[in-house]
Amino acid sequence: MISRYLESASSFSGDIDDLVLWITLITGFWFLLAQGIFIGLVLKFNQRPGVRAKYVSGEDPKEKRWVAWPHYATLIFDVIILVAAIRVWTNVKIEQPPLDETVRVVAQQWAWTFIHPGPDGKLDTADDIRTVDELHVEKGKTYGFELTSRDVLHSFSVPVFRLKQDVIPGRIIKGWFKPTMLGQFDIQCTEICGIGHALMPGRILVEDHDAHESWMKALVPVAAAGGTPAPTTGGTK
Amino acid sequence: MSSTAEHGHSHGGGDAHAHGHDDHGHHEQGWFLKYFWSTDHKIIGMQYLFTGMFMALIGGFAVYVFRMQLAFPGMPVPGWGRVTASDYNSLVTTHGSVMIFWVAMPVLIAALGNYLIPLMVGCDDMVFPRINRLSYQIFLISVIVLIVSFLVQGGAFGGAWTAYPPLSAKSAYNLTPLGSTLWVAAVALEFVAFLLGGINFVTTLMNSRAPGMKMFDVPMVVWMIIIASVLFMASVGPLVAGAVMLMFDQQIGTGFFDPAKGGDPILWQHLFWFFGHPEVYVVLLPAMGITAEVITVHGRKKLFAYKTVLYTAIATGIISFFVWAHHQFVAGIDPRMANIFTVTTLIISIPVAEMVFVYIATLYGASIRLTTPMLWALSFIGEFLMGGVTGIFLGASGADIYFHDTYFVLAHFHYTFFPIAFIGTFAALTHWFPKMYGRMMNEAWGKVHFWFTIVGFNFIFIPLFLLGARGDHRRIYDPTHFPELMRAGMQDMRVIATISLLVLLAAQVVFLVNFFYSIFWGPKASKNPWEANTLEWVAPSPPPHGNFPEGLPNVYRGPYEYAHPDRKEDYWPQNVPPPEGAAS
Repeated sequence: MISRYLESASSFSGDIDDLVLWITLITGFWFLLAQGIFIGLVLKFNQRPGVRAKYVSGEDPKEKRWVAWPHYATLIFDVIILVAAIRVWTNVKIEQPPLDETVRVVAQQWAWTFIHPGPDGKLDTADDIRTVDELHVEKGKTYGFELTSRDVLHSFSVPVFRLKQDVIPGRIIKGWFKPTMLGQFDIQCTEICGIGHALMPGRILVEDHDAHESWMKALVPVAAAGGTPAPTTGGTK
Repeated sequence: MSSTAEHGHSHGGGDAHAHGHDDHGHHEQGWFLKYFWSTDHKIIGMQYLFTGMFMALIGGFAVYVFRMQLAFPGMPVPGWGRVTASDYNSLVTTHGSVMIFWVAMPVLIAALGNYLIPLMVGCDDMVFPRINRLSYQIFLISVIVLIVSFLVQGGAFGGAWTAYPPLSAKSAYNLTPLGSTLWVAAVALEFVAFLLGGINFVTTLMNSRAPGMKMFDVPMVVWMIIIASVLFMASVGPLVAGAVMLMFDQQIGTGFFDPAKGGDPILWQHLFWFFGHPEVYVVLLPAMGITAEVITVHGRKKLFAYKTVLYTAIATGIISFFVWAHHQFVAGIDPRMANIFTVTTLIISIPVAEMVFVYIATLYGASIRLTTPMLWALSFIGEFLMGGVTGIFLGASGADIYFHDTYFVLAHFHYTFFPIAFIGTFAALTHWFPKMYGRMMNEAWGKVHFWFTIVGFNFIFIPLFLLGARGDHRRIYDPTHFPELMRAGMQDMRVIATISLLVLLAAQVVFLVNFFYSIFWGPKASKNPWEANTLEWVAPSPPPHGNFPEGLPNVYRGPYEYAHPDRKEDYWPQNVPPPEGAAS
């Protein structure tokens, strides 16, 4: 449903969309039914001359069924939604597939710094590539991320991946994603972080293998020739 | 503390009441003493009501300015000028904190609780009238502190009403060195005021019920306000402590929430939401209670399953203490915690849904008079249903990853809070207006106000649901920097929402004119214009100091005996003795 408006571009974005669709169908059905009954009753029992209201205490078990059955229906459908939600959550946020590479994300007022592991695929080596507001990744690879903040709370959100995780100063928050669609997408800060909160747009560039390799090749020699290894985590904290 | 009771609350025996009010000493008081130094619960209720209405104007003006900025980014807003990023943050923060802490709370709990509880349980005043007066005075100080915070150097606090540190804790981050501290101080003072009020409410219900009034004869709105007060009192402690810690972090350099000094910013979120989620029910329950009163009186119908409503309200209150971390699913808490809070969050949907089912069941077989208060109460049920079901999307952790901090969240809680704070309040004010001022409001203008408000409200927030589903996220003063927030149609929806807001705001002028005109020039109201059962309608309209000049009423039955088969009239006031020879 969401994918009608926004690309579904990660391995788990489809699962989240499906969950949203199921919740929409279930709650939508009961919502419409309840509204229908409610509006129907209001129309039917509008006052008419000479007609008195019924005297119903609602304490009789026979009458209580009117609310008991919807009550059990709520319970049953709550359990269904619960199971589906926890499955998706576990898949996205608790379990982690084997990672191909890890990127480090440093948030600050008001910019994103990304440290890409470079051609060797390992962080904290001389060929790490540091970029600002632009994260390059390769389609189909599973990336881990490590989020840190230099100042206040931020939130690392990639809407097309259905990915969102707050960034907390003083902690390293880990997670993962696997891009499945080529293109350039928004990275948004979704936790208010001061007056520049609206000025923290980042971009994620999902490239195929060749484009990603040539991006790295174009940058790495520069860093190597300068003789200064790209900053690593020690310099970013 | 019992020495503060000024009015001799002699509820021990029924016979004491006939003359119990002669010793009130109705000596003439000056205007100032009568309206500003009063210990009368009704005057204090009015003080809270008018202060809340004034604050609603501030909250309403703030939303007008920032919604104009969202619809027409960068254009000067009439009455404000160009909206800077720091203006925007301050306006959003002001709107949120004012509407919740200085409008919903004072009007729903303090104003209606003060006005209604003594009248509806049938006593002459609150148990601790001077504490009650002190409660309002502290509240007024909190209002002044908040307003001063708008005017100090650096301007009003702009870290959102949730005030997450480190942004809220350091002026180097929030750039409002004084505004942020005054904001926290105002919030803490406001909580002290409501703690004092809550003590009064609970004690009054326990000790001052009219003779014959058993616990299950207490009107539902009183129960709901009492349960809400207990929730408030039990949940607010950690946040008051948190507010003091935050003030220390801001002003004297402690590091409770500063990781560089060994503190933890997430701690604040726990303290805040441990209060913040019960707070939702603190304001919901009074609105639910108002709805119960209004649909029974204007539907001429006994409340369906009184005890079930009461028990579900209590269950809701208890469960509300175990759901707070659903605000923090993606905040960096241990992700396994989210599973527990998803379970509790979906569990709380059950008692709340059951309350709504009970109200819908109450309508079956009713004889509905579609008066203005009834329209408000019915629309509360309909609109709140929408708020309820959309909450499921957010309580379901897997879906919340996407929806968190989007306009979907915003639309969801406005579909709960607007019905609570405004629809519920309008139901209450239009229903109890004849009692409060002894006059009737204009029905036709009341309905004009109703329809423009309801249509305006839905056309604000339905577009915001759609924007949220497209990923539009909150607290961004200018979305144009994000390509995915500027896709086709999205700006149009922002414009529709803003125009609908203008309609909604304009409709409130109709209400204000109708309200204040009717106070002075409305047609005179009888004692019991709606033919209702509860005890406040036994008192004159408006009730004098001491409430019941003919002596406190005796109670013979529950509050909802409408259309009883043993009675000719279709209502049976609680104080009317049963006919001779009949078993009561």
